[in-house]
Amino acid sequence: MTEYDFKLSQEIELLRLVAVGSVDDGKSTLIGRLLVDTKGAFEDQLLAVRKKRGQAHIASPEEIDLAMLTDGLAAEREQGITIDVAYRYFATPKRKFIMADCPGHEQYTRNMVTGASTANAAIILIDARNGVMPQTRRHTHILGLLGIPHLIVAVNKMDLVGYEQSVFEAIRAEMREYCAKQGIRDLICIPISALNGDMVAVRGEHMDWYTGKTLLETLETLSVMDDIDRKPFRFPVQLVNRPQTRELPDYRGFMGTIASGTVRVGDEVMVASSGLKTHIKEIVTFDGNLEEAFAPQSVSLTLTDEIDVSRGDMLVHPDTPPQDTRDLSANVCWIGAEPLTRRKKYLIKHTTNTVKAMVAEIEFRRNIHTLEQEAADALEMNEIGRITFRLQKPMYYDAYADNRVTGSFIIIDTFTNNTVGAGMIV
Amino acid sequence: MAERISEHRLTQLKALEAESIHIMREVVAEFRNPVMLYSIGKDSSVMLHLARKAFYPAPLPFPLLHVDTGYKFPEMYEFRDWYAREIGAELIVRRNEEAIARGMNPKEYGVARCCGALKTQGLLDALEEGGYDAAFGGARRDEERSRAKERVFSIRDEFGQWDPKNQRPELWNIYNGRIHEGESVRVFPLSNWTEMDIWLYIREENIPIVPLYYAKKRLMVERGPLLIPVYPGMEDQLHEGEEPVEVMCRFRTLGCIPCTGAVRSEAATIDEIVAEAAAARRSERETRIIDHGSNSMEDKKKEGYF
Ligand SMILES: Nc1nc2c(ncn2[C@@H]2O[C@H](COP(=O)(O)OP(=O)(O)O)[C@@H](O)[C@H]2O)c(=O)[nH]1
Repeated sequence: MTEYDFKLSQEIELLRLVAVGSVDDGKSTLIGRLLVDTKGAFEDQLLAVRKKRGQAHIASPEEIDLAMLTDGLAAEREQGITIDVAYRYFATPKRKFIMADCPGHEQYTRNMVTGASTANAAIILIDARNGVMPQTRRHTHILGLLGIPHLIVAVNKMDLVGYEQSVFEAIRAEMREYCAKQGIRDLICIPISALNGDMVAVRGEHMDWYTGKTLLETLETLSVMDDIDRKPFRFPVQLVNRPQTRELPDYRGFMGTIASGTVRVGDEVMVASSGLKTHIKEIVTFDGNLEEAFAPQSVSLTLTDEIDVSRGDMLVHPDTPPQDTRDLSANVCWIGAEPLTRRKKYLIKHTTNTVKAMVAEIEFRRNIHTLEQEAADALEMNEIGRITFRLQKPMYYDAYADNRVTGSFIIIDTFTNNTVGAGMIV
Repeated sequence: MAERISEHRLTQLKALEAESIHIMREVVAEFRNPVMLYSIGKDSSVMLHLARKAFYPAPLPFPLLHVDTGYKFPEMYEFRDWYAREIGAELIVRRNEEAIARGMNPKEYGVARCCGALKTQGLLDALEEGGYDAAFGGARRDEERSRAKERVFSIRDEFGQWDPKNQRPELWNIYNGRIHEGESVRVFPLSNWTEMDIWLYIREENIPIVPLYYAKKRLMVERGPLLIPVYPGMEDQLHEGEEPVEVMCRFRTLGCIPCTGAVRSEAATIDEIVAEAAAARRSERETRIIDHGSNSMEDKKKEGYF
């Protein structure tokens, strides 16, 4: 039996990824390639999608219809398209990856926003033969808006352009310029052949002119935490735990996930909405009390004074309070079938807090092709714009650019209960 | 400062743990009457362990529901009753008594019909009877192709059915728990866990699991590529010409005796199981008889199965 290195496994970190691209750029093939080369796909799953029936073993990845491996639903296999975000898992000895596989069709931008919202890094697929397409720009813009910390451009199908360096350089230059215009600085470009595997997990023999890391090495070495633990402390309260059992008659714990920052026993904390202050008495977990906790841990906090705190409140350090407003301005990506219109009322869920909101103003709609601001009286599905909401009560928040947890919200239609919008506070 | 960064790293298992706890707490905060589906398997064991962590030091704020088919392994029933008592959880057991009385079994009626009656219908009836508006399930997205698109909060209509085209987008870690009267939600806190993560976490946290997961000599028959266990009283579920033999083996997933295959294995400790899982070339679902049709899982899910 092979030995398993348990010590190594205890150092593995999690990197959340999203892969985007236009139809046929080779996204499914790339994901299939990553799954095969990291052994994230099991043999029986591979056998189920082999091109020739009857083979008992897979000798090389070329025998597999890699795209079939990742396209999940019956409707998709029939139409040969991807219609919904799928999540894929693979791991190397250094990292575990959760990859959101987002479809490239124009009408499914909402899926891309969904898949990208939790990502630390994005892979943008470009077909080397076609270069930068309008779709590529649109996707890149949305990724920038969503504040994805690391963008990786994978210039695919290099085998079909003779592994020519100049083709890669031209695409890289164009993407760099486009990203610079939008203030996206961290851009990594890699030439690959998803089909043959060059520069994905191995370097291959055709692109010695490229001296950077392979795609997998890049993914293994990107920073994961992005200093979220050093940002101001934010603790949205999920639940108040009052067991009132014989053993715990007076226990009152505030349960939540630390959105950002670090908290220590003895810290002075403030309820953002009321300004009431007290101190941290204990940081309680099933595995014993902690002296210190940091984002994104889920813990329970007890306080030294009996002050009023409930779900939806946020505990913060008094010297680094959040902003507050009843007139909330945000970039909104509309994902509902019914358009967003002025004066319409919705619910906004922000951290653990749900408030009533009315559309006060559509400041502009962003033309996704030219990036120009345009006047608009509605946002249709898949459109992006700047919206001001009037809130029923104040919201305590940070700008999305500073904090992806306390700066984001979802918009809920009060009639259908569907999630119809994604908001990023400016 | 450089030191502080490394101090504040979460391993991927701890990151998954924090995410699962967050999900469970959101459900308890936003739903009236949640329940946790408990299937006695390793994923259920991990889910239950996470729930204990989420609500510590309070007892679990919801009951466990086991939808029994009557065909489970004796070791599973024993483990279930012992563990629920051990942690002081409220355990509800429900069976589709009508189908059981009519002698529903996989050999005569086929695996799909038997599962449909005993598992899917049994589950839907139990959920309706309890009036639960949220049910936690231990499904993982890495299990099967159609599960890869499952949401963490999966909305079901008043018939408990799933419409893959009409699922709510899930953004950041903000879950929309608003439902209409009669609708319910299935919640999958282990969505982002893989089989490997489950085993590593069981090892790291010392979580008790049913002994069937550990390799031992057991009485089995070989059916195609599968090893099917033979238990006293269930000989009538054997097929023509099948001869029971003793085999050193273990179970990668646990289900009903006639439909759960074992794998040949020497892995008798958790460390050996992890090593085996790491080297495994075949996914665990392969040992389940029900999943093999081309869209079978997707179809079952649409009808209300997990
Ligand atoms: N020659 C070549 N073909 C590729 C490469 N990557 C993908 N393809 C092919 O391009 C087509 C579209 O790929 P697919 O992965 O389905 O694209 P998706 O729509 O982005 O998921 C398929 O026929 C693939 O075999 C590559 O690196 N080289």
